[in-house]
Amino acid sequence: MSLTNIRQGSLALVNVARVQSRGALYVAQSRIRQMMKWIWIILGIAVANPVLYLVSVGVGLGGLIDKSVGPAGVDGVKYLTFLAPALLAQAAIQGTIDETVFPTLEGFKWFKTFFSMNATPLSGKQISYGVFLAAIFRATYTVLLYFGVMWAFGALESVHAWLAIPTAIFAGASFGALMQALAAKLEDENIFFTVLGRFVMMPLFMFSGTFFPLTSMPSFLQWIGWISPLWHSTELGRHLTYGHPLSTTMIWVHFIFLSVMLVGGLYFSARIFTKRLAK
Amino acid sequence: MSNPLISARGLTKKFGDFTAVNGIDFDVFKGDSFGFLGPNGAGKSTAMRIIGATSQRTSGSVSILGKDPEINGPQIRAHLGVVPQQDNLDMQLSVVENLYIYGRYFGLPRKFVKNKIEELLTFAQLEEKRDTKVEALSGGMKRRLTIARALVSEPEILILDEPTTGLDPQARHILWDRLFRLKEQGVTLLITTHFMDEAEQLCDRLIVMDKGSIMAEGSPASLIKDYSTKEVLELRFGSDRNQSMADSLRSMCDRTEELPDRFLMYTDDGEALLEKIYAADFHPKTSLVRRSSLEDVFLRLTGRTLIE
Repeated sequence: MSLTNIRQGSLALVNVARVQSRGALYVAQSRIRQMMKWIWIILGIAVANPVLYLVSVGVGLGGLIDKSVGPAGVDGVKYLTFLAPALLAQAAIQGTIDETVFPTLEGFKWFKTFFSMNATPLSGKQISYGVFLAAIFRATYTVLLYFGVMWAFGALESVHAWLAIPTAIFAGASFGALMQALAAKLEDENIFFTVLGRFVMMPLFMFSGTFFPLTSMPSFLQWIGWISPLWHSTELGRHLTYGHPLSTTMIWVHFIFLSVMLVGGLYFSARIFTKRLAK
Repeated sequence: MSNPLISARGLTKKFGDFTAVNGIDFDVFKGDSFGFLGPNGAGKSTAMRIIGATSQRTSGSVSILGKDPEINGPQIRAHLGVVPQQDNLDMQLSVVENLYIYGRYFGLPRKFVKNKIEELLTFAQLEEKRDTKVEALSGGMKRRLTIARALVSEPEILILDEPTTGLDPQARHILWDRLFRLKEQGVTLLITTHFMDEAEQLCDRLIVMDKGSIMAEGSPASLIKDYSTKEVLELRFGSDRNQSMADSLRSMCDRTEELPDRFLMYTDDGEALLEKIYAADFHPKTSLVRRSSLEDVFLRLTGRTLIE
C-alpha cells in the first residue's frame, strides 16, 4: 500500500512566510548539494591553480623580477606579495562565474530546474539570490584554500595579508552577479562561452594590473583595467595588505565601482529571472 | 454547491500577435478530476501555467483557492503540486535528494520530508532506485518521480500536464492507477491530455479545447451522448476506394466522417447498419463496430482528429 499515512494537506503543512524569508537559502542549499557531487574536482582545481601559479609565476618569474629590481621591489614589495591579491581575486572571479553561469543555463535551458523551483512558493528573485549565494560560498572556500597555499609558499609577508580575502570575494561577487544576469538573458549559449573566455576573461586577467602595475601598460590599454572588477579589487587588496598608496578618492572609486556592479548585477539578475520564469 | 477551488472567466493569454488561450471560462470544484482535452497547441499547457501561478495572463480573471495568482503567486503555489509536460528533475542528484530538496522548497521541516520520502518512494515504486542518479532512470521512472515530487507537500490541487506522453502502455497503466488512488484521497486533479482514453479513464469532467477556445464541456459520458452516437462503424475499403465508397454510403446514416485510412459511420446500432451495408452489396475489406469515444466528440467538434 502507499500513502497510508494520514493526509494533513498543504494548507496545514506549508508555511509560506517561512519560504518567503528563507527561500534563497533553500535554493543555495540545494546548489551546494549539487556542488558536493564535484567536490574533489573543485578542490583539486582550487589547490592546483595556486600551486601552479605560485611555482611558475610567483617563484620562477618572481625570483627573476626580484633580482632585477633589487631591494626597491615591485610597488615597494616582493613580487609575490604584489601578485597575491590579484591572484586571489582572479580565483574568486573564476569560482563565482562557474557557479553562476553554468547553473543559470542549466536551470533555464539544459534541465529547466528553475521552472520546477518556481512551481513551489519560491519566487524568481529568491532563485536568483540562492544561486548567487551558493556561488559566493564556492568563491569563499576557493579563496581560503588559495590563501592557505600562499601561506605555505611563504608568499604572505604582511600581517595584513588576510585583508585580501574579503577584497577578492568582493571582486568575485560583483563579476558573478553581472554574469548571472547575462546568463539569464541567454537563449543560445554557444557563442557566449567563446566570447566570454577569449574576449572577456582572458584580457581582463592579463590587463587588469594583475602581473604588473596598470600604469606600466600603454595608456590606450589602461581602460581595460578601469572596467575590470579584478583591477578595482586588486588595488584595494594591495592597499590593505602592504600599504600600496591609494588616495581616499580612489579607495571610494574602487569601492563604489564594485558595489554598483554587485547591486546592479543582483537587481537585473532577479528581474530577468522573474521575467523569464513568468513567460 | 460550494465555492470552486479554481475559477476562470474570460481567461486570455497572448504571445505577441498569437492568442494561445482565447477567453475561456471554467470552474473546478474540490475533489474534481478535471481534464483539458485537445491536440498539441490547443492552449492547454499555457492555461495550466497560468493556473499554476507561474505565467501571467493577458486578460480575464482567475481565482485559485480564492486568490489571484498575479498577486498571491507564492501563497497559491504553496498548495499546488505541478507535474510539467517535460520532466524537470535535477539530473545530477539522486531520487531521494530530488524529493528532499523539493520538500525544502516548500519550507517543510526536515523530519517531515524524510518520513514523506519513504512514503513517496513506495507510492512511485522507486524504493530500489532511491540512491540512483536521476540521469540513469527510465522515462517511466522519471515520470513517476516527477509525480512523487509534486506530492511532497500534500497539495490541495495536483496539476498534470500530459502525464503519460511518451510512456509505454504498461507505464501508463501504473501511472493511471497511482492517480486514481490520489483521487480517492480527495486530491483535486487537473489534467491535460491529448489521449482520449486517458481523459475517459481519469476525468470526471472535462473541457475540449481547440485553438485556444473551449469547444465543449461535460463528463466524458455526457459529451459522447451530446456529440456522438452510441456506436461507430469503422469501414476500410482500401485507400484508393474509400472515397468512392463513401459517396455511396453517406445516405445510409445521419453522420459520417472520412479519414485518410477509414470511413466512420455514426449510428446507435453498428451491427444492424453493417448488415444493411452487406445486404446492399458493399464489401469492405475490414469492418469494426465500437463504442463512441471522446475522439469522435473531438472530430465532430473540430473536423479533425486529436493526434495528427
